[in-house]
Amino acid sequence: MTLDKILYIDLSKRRFHVRSRPDLFEKHIGGTGVAIRLLLEECPEKADPLGPENPIIFAVGPLTGLFPMASKTVAMFKSPLTGNLGESHAGGRSASAIRMAGYGAIVVKGTSETPVYLAIYGSDVYFRDASGIWGIESSYTVGRIIRELESEAGLRTIMRIGRAGEKMVSYASVVVETYRHFGRLGLGAVFGSKKLKAITICGKHSVNVKNPQAYRILYDKILQLTVKSQVMRKYHDIGTSSNVIPLNELKALPSLNLRQTSIKNAENISGENLAEKHLGRRVSCSHCPVACIHLATLREPYEDEPYFYKTTMVPYDYEPIYSLGSMLGLTETNELLKLIDEVETQGLDAISTGVVLAWATEAYEKGLVTSMETMGLELKWGDGEAYREAVRRIVSQPNEFYSTLARGVEKAASKYGGMDFALSFGGSEMPGYHTGPAAHLTFLTGARHSHLDSAGYSMDEDNAKTGTKMTPKQIAEALFKEESWRQVLSSLVVCFFARGVYKPDTVLESLKTVGFNPDITLEDLNRIGVETLKSKNAFKAREGFSHKDLKIPRRIVETETPLGILEEEFIRKGIEEFFRLLQ
Amino acid sequence: MLKLKLFKAEKRSLEGGTVAGRLTVLDIDKCVGCQLCMFACSRRFGEGGFAKSAIRVRSIGGVERGFTVIVCRACPDPPCMKVCVTNALSLRKAGGVTLNPSKCIGCGRCVDACPLKAVFWDNEANKPNICVHCGYCVNYCPYRVIGLREAR
Ligand code: SF4
Ligand code: SF4
Ligand code: SF4
Repeated sequence: MTLDKILYIDLSKRRFHVRSRPDLFEKHIGGTGVAIRLLLEECPEKADPLGPENPIIFAVGPLTGLFPMASKTVAMFKSPLTGNLGESHAGGRSASAIRMAGYGAIVVKGTSETPVYLAIYGSDVYFRDASGIWGIESSYTVGRIIRELESEAGLRTIMRIGRAGEKMVSYASVVVETYRHFGRLGLGAVFGSKKLKAITICGKHSVNVKNPQAYRILYDKILQLTVKSQVMRKYHDIGTSSNVIPLNELKALPSLNLRQTSIKNAENISGENLAEKHLGRRVSCSHCPVACIHLATLREPYEDEPYFYKTTMVPYDYEPIYSLGSMLGLTETNELLKLIDEVETQGLDAISTGVVLAWATEAYEKGLVTSMETMGLELKWGDGEAYREAVRRIVSQPNEFYSTLARGVEKAASKYGGMDFALSFGGSEMPGYHTGPAAHLTFLTGARHSHLDSAGYSMDEDNAKTGTKMTPKQIAEALFKEESWRQVLSSLVVCFFARGVYKPDTVLESLKTVGFNPDITLEDLNRIGVETLKSKNAFKAREGFSHKDLKIPRRIVETETPLGILEEEFIRKGIEEFFRLLQ
Repeated sequence: MLKLKLFKAEKRSLEGGTVAGRLTVLDIDKCVGCQLCMFACSRRFGEGGFAKSAIRVRSIGGVERGFTVIVCRACPDPPCMKVCVTNALSLRKAGGVTLNPSKCIGCGRCVDACPLKAVFWDNEANKPNICVHCGYCVNYCPYRVIGLREAR
């Protein structure tokens, strides 16, 4: 079975066809490299992100289904949040399911008139009526129903939206296998605009390699590297939430809308404490030994029955702990878990939701918005109940204020004021690192405005440890190099946690072993990485992005980082340098 | 923390049927659903994916509730064997069956007969995938959920 088959689905006409596109995969590997080409082909200029013309593209790569931690799917679309490039990665079983269904990529276009969900079984595609599950309160229930309706449990992926996606909240997520997400940049809203409630995909195609003997040997080597890596221990035992305490101690944990960089009682919401008191289960993406997904058990007493508890499993990670915990002053463990659960139930991106609520709380405190706008809801740091209600209202949008919050923090601040403390980067809400200039340069210059684009936070952390000072130019160069290489990793597609395993040599060897391209060299890989990054930025420029328009939120230069107070001038220079490299 | 002892491909167990053990589930609560066992099973034939896998890990109604491993339990008196019209399935010494692919006509009756739903189907070969208890997958389970036991 080959990777180069692309499944095109048109929801308006309820038709589909398959095209073989070996050119695309040969040149751009797969994943993000192929997805950006497809986006450039399929998304008309200045398309409405919520219109039928906005395509949803899923892509996997040549290592998918073959090697450990080649476990992610890349989704691309035009983002309703930023009005520009939308890209999000998710694991679960999505990647292997797409590949075993016989595809390297899937393109979904059009809009259905009535709610629909797609069931893809290899070469068969069914458009199933979803009117019965449209409007269901909880994204969990939707998963439960589809699990019963469709077959091949264990081989399939089920991607679905919650109410937030149906109501087209600009940062609605797509939930995959319950605890993974296409979280950022609003893919859920794009699903909702197409009346697409869910997609399930499965297949049983074999994935052949050129050299089976060498494949088995290399597989063992890669797996050995993976299980021996530090990442394995760190992310298995405690998970990404092991970052809470170190960042708090470093004074880099954004708290109370980044008025502070550490918070009292941080140990309550630390990975260590959550593991000790609440950890109920660890789960993994398909083909990943790490099992970084941590589920907490939340026990809530039933009011009408003594000694009886409702037990809910709540996924936790560093990012939701930051955005819904420290940012909102919510350090009571149960309250934090309840808020995370609400966000999951509604199907929202946790980071954006937290940052929006943090802005709203400060705006309320400062009197920019009053109880008239909030409809009587008193937004107060640490008040979990109020925040849960606010989340529900962001989804139901009972008035203009909540519908504005549903468009993201930048839209909210441009309407009600408070832009200085609206933590928006290129239209997307801030990830959880106030480590120094490199982190913020990542948020500003990264193609997705995500901390994962070029991981400046980790550069800051190293610099804080060693006392190194870097110039804007040096930072820009390092970020550019990192972001370019990450294009290669997300074209393969491997999980970024495995970047220490998939070093250039290993990547080359694996591509040769599977028969992708026997002559591929490191120069080729590096070139493809840079080209992919440039293509993404070409798409952004086409859609009206200019780095000159990037706003630097005042708050980030007011609150000290571990590397001192940041200067706007310094950051501007970094931006200039970065975009010079892109030319 | 797990210890992963990697398997040195032993020809006899790859072919199946010569090891006198049987695959068992040791502690399902430790399963994280990584499916490394499923990938390992197909890799016996040098390929990726699950097309040749005789083991399946699925959630029990959502990953929050945990997983179940579906695989042949090496019945001493295998129902699948009894329904096979061409005698393509024969009894292993340690229980369970071995398939003689040249006799199999791909009727799929064994699939229906297995009470555990542990007979899977290879669509491309149009033949069943039934565990031969070789133990290859055991070496790839990072959490010691599955193991190879002596015959009953
Ligand atoms: S396949 Fe099923 S019936 Fe046949 S031996 Fe295994 S468990 Fe028993
Ligand atoms: S014991 Fe062998 S045949 Fe059975 S599931 Fe494991 S690898 Fe597959
Ligand atoms: S390899 Fe082990 S932990 Fe992973 S799915 Fe199989 S039995 Fe479960």
